[in-house]
Amino acid sequence: MYGKKVKLRALFLFAALLTLILTIFLVIKSLEENVVYFISPSEIKSLPEIEKKKIRVGGMVKKGSIVADKASTNFIITDFKNEIFVSFNGLVPNLFAEEKGVVAEGYLKDRDFFIAKKILAKHDENYMPPEVKEALKND
Amino acid sequence: MINHIGNYSLLLCAVVSLIIVFVISRKFKKKNFKISSNLLSFLSIQLLFSFISFFSLIYLFVTSDFSNETVYNNSHSTKPLFYKISGTWGNHEGSLLLWLLVLIIFGFLHTLFSKNMPIKQRFFTIVFQQIIIFGFLTFTIFTSNPFDTIYPKPYDGLGLNPILQDPALAIHPPILYVGYVGTAILFSSSLSALITDTMNKRWAIFIKKWTLVSWVFLTLGILLGSIWAYYELGWGGFWFWDPVENISLMPWLCLTALFHSIIVLEKRETLKYWVIILSLSCFILSMSGTFLVRSGILNSVHTFASDPTRGSFILIFLFLLILLSLGVIFFFPHKNDNVISKNHLISKESLILLNNLFLMYFLSVVLIGTIYPIFLEVINNQKISIGPPFYNKLIVPFLIPFLFFMAFATKIKWINHSFKKIGIINILLFLLSIIIAIMVIKISNTKYLFSTVLFIFAFLLFFYTCKDFLDEKVKLSQKFSHIGFSILILSILLNGVFSKEITKNMLVGDELKFLNKIITFESISIEEKKNFKALQAKFILKDLNGEKIFNPEVRIYNQPKIFTSEADIKTGLFEDNFLVFNLVDDKYFNVRYQYKPFMLLIWLSTILISIGGIITIKEKNEIY
Repeated sequence: MYGKKVKLRALFLFAALLTLILTIFLVIKSLEENVVYFISPSEIKSLPEIEKKKIRVGGMVKKGSIVADKASTNFIITDFKNEIFVSFNGLVPNLFAEEKGVVAEGYLKDRDFFIAKKILAKHDENYMPPEVKEALKND
Repeated sequence: MINHIGNYSLLLCAVVSLIIVFVISRKFKKKNFKISSNLLSFLSIQLLFSFISFFSLIYLFVTSDFSNETVYNNSHSTKPLFYKISGTWGNHEGSLLLWLLVLIIFGFLHTLFSKNMPIKQRFFTIVFQQIIIFGFLTFTIFTSNPFDTIYPKPYDGLGLNPILQDPALAIHPPILYVGYVGTAILFSSSLSALITDTMNKRWAIFIKKWTLVSWVFLTLGILLGSIWAYYELGWGGFWFWDPVENISLMPWLCLTALFHSIIVLEKRETLKYWVIILSLSCFILSMSGTFLVRSGILNSVHTFASDPTRGSFILIFLFLLILLSLGVIFFFPHKNDNVISKNHLISKESLILLNNLFLMYFLSVVLIGTIYPIFLEVINNQKISIGPPFYNKLIVPFLIPFLFFMAFATKIKWINHSFKKIGIINILLFLLSIIIAIMVIKISNTKYLFSTVLFIFAFLLFFYTCKDFLDEKVKLSQKFSHIGFSILILSILLNGVFSKEITKNMLVGDELKFLNKIITFESISIEEKKNFKALQAKFILKDLNGEKIFNPEVRIYNQPKIFTSEADIKTGLFEDNFLVFNLVDDKYFNVRYQYKPFMLLIWLSTILISIGGIITIKEKNEIY
């Protein structure tokens, strides 16, 4: 019916299409799995249930709240309405300080306690992470 | 005074730009196809003006003239001279001026070095180049003029962000910019090649060199940025999938795909449109990179202070350029040459196409990961971020076939390749890679199935590139770049599985036990420096190889008041020992120790990769 060449081409086209669909599927699936949502302390209080997924919490480091011991650095993130305790055992960034913006990435233990795996602070003192700006603007 | 000179030269640059376009359009009307001396002199005048304006800004920075707003915002009288100069391009306005200067230099060099190209094509390239120059000039003058003044004159400046006060970062932006801006030539040249329908062997050889110039500079620029992030930000790694890093990686991937395809165009005169599309994309990716970084849309630790008008201006300009290129593609179709080129499945050209396919896949993963958060925010105001697992998961599995094909592709012939016997050496090398890979996995206790396969092919590629290195038939440039790439991949993988780190809060006198090493926090002292105070710590690391003394610092800058950590890194050929500390509260010091193998090899192999590019640029071609 069709020549060998046409069949080969059709096969090739089919294979290419299949790969494309597979790739798109793969990309979307791993996007879903690896997205980290940003939540403010107030939003955490109103969460229906505690998820096991990695999230980011952002706000200000509360004045006088940084307490360090041998194993970890503990502090409170506040958005001036609600606050959350954070425990962290990695390297704190240079610009991490009280009354400065901060974003912590990690897991919620309960609605008041957050275990951070990573802490992000800004590059220069005039810059505030957009997430923090947003969280503070909602007041 | 100097401020005015700078400002007016910038305006004159724009005027000259219009004159050049006018002169060329007159030439087309009169059918006078010659690069005349007055055209050349206009180009030189433009170059001169851009130099004047750039150097007047440097002068303002050096003399700390705070009546200039850019100087006021980014400099301080107590800053060392070196950083006063590098501060010129350490900010948005100044870096745009640098961008313009490089753009104009490139356009000028292109006119000088394209004597063997058809004259019409040269004219069109100049016109497109001037359109880009004019666009950026208007952008600079109207939205971010580096010569804005403040009255009354402030007493002192606000200072340069201390983390930017670093030798690597002083030269990183100029080098990276040469890489980005070089793609503008590819853009103009491919549009003019489309219009004049001269996408042939000669053009391929010509454009290959320009592609490689961009590529080499971009590679070195990314390398410098990466080294800087390694020791200055204290992140202790070489790549973080940070949006700003991704943005420089995208044009790099595109350029890499481009010069591989150009080889096909050069040897076989096929893939014409593909080459054109890639060269256009290189520039568009560089432009959108600038747009995303400068507009502050990207959520990154690198983000500079943002201004929405700037973002929208670049966005509009970007759309116009894309529209222009689409228009040219549709209105100037390539007349089919009646040569039916035969393509066989197993040939060098199809393998290069396969390489392009993989590179495009990597590019799309990086692109999606970088812009998906922006889309989601625009659509439903949800803030998200995408971390390294996303990229690792999508890129690592596809590296396996990529490495496999790369190992064999160099030996495949053009047009049609027929396999002879699989040599005994090939089987031996394959077995050897399997054995070494399994040993590495055993020693490092890695539990992923993927990593074993990945290591096998990484070692296989390494052995093959070594074999190629001794082969006289393989091109010198390819030898260097490919062996560099195989060492890079291998070092990254080994670094990944053998790195170890620990973070603890310590007091002076504390001891820390980690992997048969003992780290002691000996003492801390304060030293006054010119524009900062240094808290210098002394740590002693004891292990089986003896003692190492680390002196990391925390610097307290006064203008602006910022802390920075200076890590102390003991670099060896096969391992780095990295120690950094920071202040937590008034009692404890936050200390991180990292054992990082093969870091030096990652940097060196990247240099090897770019040496390959330099060799091709310097090559003489018979057509010239």
